[in-house]
Amino acid sequence: MSLNDPNHVASRAGLVNRLPRWLVPNMTGVHLAAVFIALLLLGLLLVPVAQVMIVAFQDPATGAATLQNFVDFFKTSLFRESFWNSFYVSAMSVVVATAIALPLAYITTRFHFSGSILIQSLGFIPLIMPPFVGAVAMQLIFGRNGTVNLLLRDWFGFDIPFMEGLNGVILVQSIHYFPFILINLSASLRNIDRSMEEAAQNLGSHGLRLFKRIVFPLAMPGYIAGAALVFIKVFDDLGTPLLLNVNNMLAPQAFLRISSIGISDPMGYVISVILVVFSVLSLWASFLFMRGKDYATVQKGGGGMAKRSLKRGEKIIAYGAVIFILMLVLSPHFGLLLLSFGTIWSYAPLPDGYTLQNYVTMWEGSKTFIMNTVLYAGIAATLDVIIGTAIAYIVLRTGIFGRKGLDYLATAALAVPGVVLGIGYLRTFHAIDVPFTDEPMASWWVIIALALMIRRLPYALRACMAALQQVSLALEEAAESLGATKRRSIQKIVIPLMTGGILAGFVTSFATAAVELSATIMLVNSNSDAPLSYGIYLFMQTPSGRGAGAALGIVAVIVVAIGTIASQFIIERDKKLKSSGDAH
Amino acid sequence: MKKAGITIENVHLAFGDTKVLEGVNLDIQPGEFFAFLGPSGSGKSALLRAIAGFGPTPEGRILIGDRDVVGLDPWTRNVGMVFQSYALWPHMSVRDNVGFGLKERKVPSAQIRKKVDAALELVELAHLADRMPNQLSGGQQQRIALARTVVVEPDVLLLDEPLSNLDASLRVHMRRELLRLQRQLGLTTIFVTHDQEEANTTCDRMAVLDKGVIQQVGSPLELYDRPESLLVANFLGTANILEGKVEIKGGARRFVTKTGDLLPLPDDSVGEGGNIVLRPQNISISRTQASGSLPGKVQHSEFLGSQIRYLVSAGGTEIVVDQSHRAGHDWIETGADVHLVANTQSAVVL
Repeated sequence: MSLNDPNHVASRAGLVNRLPRWLVPNMTGVHLAAVFIALLLLGLLLVPVAQVMIVAFQDPATGAATLQNFVDFFKTSLFRESFWNSFYVSAMSVVVATAIALPLAYITTRFHFSGSILIQSLGFIPLIMPPFVGAVAMQLIFGRNGTVNLLLRDWFGFDIPFMEGLNGVILVQSIHYFPFILINLSASLRNIDRSMEEAAQNLGSHGLRLFKRIVFPLAMPGYIAGAALVFIKVFDDLGTPLLLNVNNMLAPQAFLRISSIGISDPMGYVISVILVVFSVLSLWASFLFMRGKDYATVQKGGGGMAKRSLKRGEKIIAYGAVIFILMLVLSPHFGLLLLSFGTIWSYAPLPDGYTLQNYVTMWEGSKTFIMNTVLYAGIAATLDVIIGTAIAYIVLRTGIFGRKGLDYLATAALAVPGVVLGIGYLRTFHAIDVPFTDEPMASWWVIIALALMIRRLPYALRACMAALQQVSLALEEAAESLGATKRRSIQKIVIPLMTGGILAGFVTSFATAAVELSATIMLVNSNSDAPLSYGIYLFMQTPSGRGAGAALGIVAVIVVAIGTIASQFIIERDKKLKSSGDAH
Repeated sequence: MKKAGITIENVHLAFGDTKVLEGVNLDIQPGEFFAFLGPSGSGKSALLRAIAGFGPTPEGRILIGDRDVVGLDPWTRNVGMVFQSYALWPHMSVRDNVGFGLKERKVPSAQIRKKVDAALELVELAHLADRMPNQLSGGQQQRIALARTVVVEPDVLLLDEPLSNLDASLRVHMRRELLRLQRQLGLTTIFVTHDQEEANTTCDRMAVLDKGVIQQVGSPLELYDRPESLLVANFLGTANILEGKVEIKGGARRFVTKTGDLLPLPDDSVGEGGNIVLRPQNISISRTQASGSLPGKVQHSEFLGSQIRYLVSAGGTEIVVDQSHRAGHDWIETGADVHLVANTQSAVVL
């Protein structure tokens, strides 16, 4: 590695020594890997997104730089409405998700509550179901002629428009994404040292004032982090509004413009720019807000906030609230299950009868979807952990120039909505042919796998970073001092010790890539190339296909659930293995 | 400021099945600087928190002035507490932290400003009013925590290991500072610590706690010179404890060690127990024998600057002897046969 290595210098003969050093870079395997990854991210992330940005600011006829597209965008009443609707739906989803998450977080962190474990585990279940999958089931339960409204009308003579238009999107999204707020807020609440609260009580504060002035402000960073995430996810989501047939929002408009008018229509690009800008803005705002606000105040050995026991009446209220919320949150799952086993379910609180036929139909009709999913998600997840491990190593263990840039670039994919990436790929790769064929790359199935890879990379990267941080540098140095080369010590020591984390990253990437819809829906060229999520979308388009679609949805839920449980299991086992190693 | 005494009557406290305090009785005088001294797990912090109203409700009575506060909510007690971690709220400026209690008491904001300024002046940090807590050093945070507590004019001031998060030199400085403030404000103060030096240097009186029971109460000097139990003797400073018994021969009292060596006791000494406590500085070491001296062998010695500390096997145990060091003084080598003479005037028989 080192330029001061005498053998190394000696091997550089004659002319080379007289050239300026920058002309003869000291390339090693690690450097080559870094360059390769940089090129990959450039080609698959930076260039497509830049393409989208550029086209948005170009005159479609002449190619000259212009703001005319944006003017046109805001002149069109449909787009203005879509813009406002997307904003409204995202903000309301944050509000509703907060209303769901806040009581759960508060009850589990502040009180001795036997239902806490239930909340901790069931609270995560929404995340294992892609929101668009639950959307149709929600329609059947909460829709105008769904279970709840039929019963309300029978019993009380009125109904509630839960699922009418934007309400439906808000309900489905907030039920799906509230765990982001729950997880972050609970962690923040748990990290408040009890002396923070006791000091306030000691000075005369209690009850709601204490919560308002001390507890909530201290938990604010966690709340903001969760809320920003919910806002972005909802703002960018394509699948849910599409399945609920709500088209007057930004992401569906972008999709419809590109798929119906074509990739030369500038409006899809303008919408993409707006989506990206909002993603970046909300990430930036939450970053600004949290800067210098590390409020984790738990002292060494000290506990978090004091938990107190609930009084009888409080217990009833707490259980009532928790059960109500959990029923609401689990309703898409129940609905989907019923739908998948139901014969006909229309204008009735429950399906007319039960059958396994939907699963047979699903299996016959979606073998290709499932095979494709395994292939695409497998490729994406494999590439993710390979690239993730390499970036983690380069960032944490080498001094390569620009190594942080790799990390930032890979993580930047978080701020790129799936629709935008899809549009970028269509635009960038439609002009490039697949090697040895006349087919454009944009319609090649490999592109779908690569898009999934880029979309999941930030998460896999975090998993690999965490895994590598747990491998002490001394272990690697010990191998090197015993004569192992860099490459051998990475192979024999670092990678094996990272296996647990890498595997967990792989499983999570695989499971979430398997149900990704927003990028894939843009890139699927023919049904034979379509993955499972697109299959569900197709099934759900017709009333007769809904049963089979639900059955396929159940498959998707099971895939993600198994993935989540497996990755948890691997992480736990890995932790045990490492801690038992420490004990010796 | 008004001064309130604290009376603790037969207080019992348990965390579930674990008994933390068992029958604690104490009388703390108005304006007194009082310390709870004890090892970790002795119940000293639990007792302090019980006075402030934190943790499970104890049995017994805790009177502040003449008000029994047991069962009252912490925010109604008007007891000021400074936490070990300082517990400054990171989302509020120094001024907001200090003004918090006044705001809770609905003090008009003009007055809050004045009182906060005065409190910051008192701890000499008026120039840091607009900083955030994470911009302060440990010592500064400590003073702000103190200012935040005293600004509400509590009836009593409770300090929970207030110096334990500071480095050694700052600790010495801060304990003088604490004493100055306590004297200036005249507040009845309880100081919890596991460090006997801290307790000795600051408090008027202290209570030594162990296993939830008060072992002894008294001034630092009383506890050091007249410990009532081996535990207190051991906890305050270094104690050499020799086993044996008290004998009276020819009208004179003496202590016979279990190795048969004799230590004459002063006639007015009391105590009939089987142990004699000798402080290291009250024993002299010599190569030559003298009357009533105890023969021994040097096992180890350390030069500590102002003194040399010898570890001598004698009287059936190992005895620590501190010899103050002056230039030209002899340093007796390890393995040497020596004779120890104990100044039994100050010895305690337990």
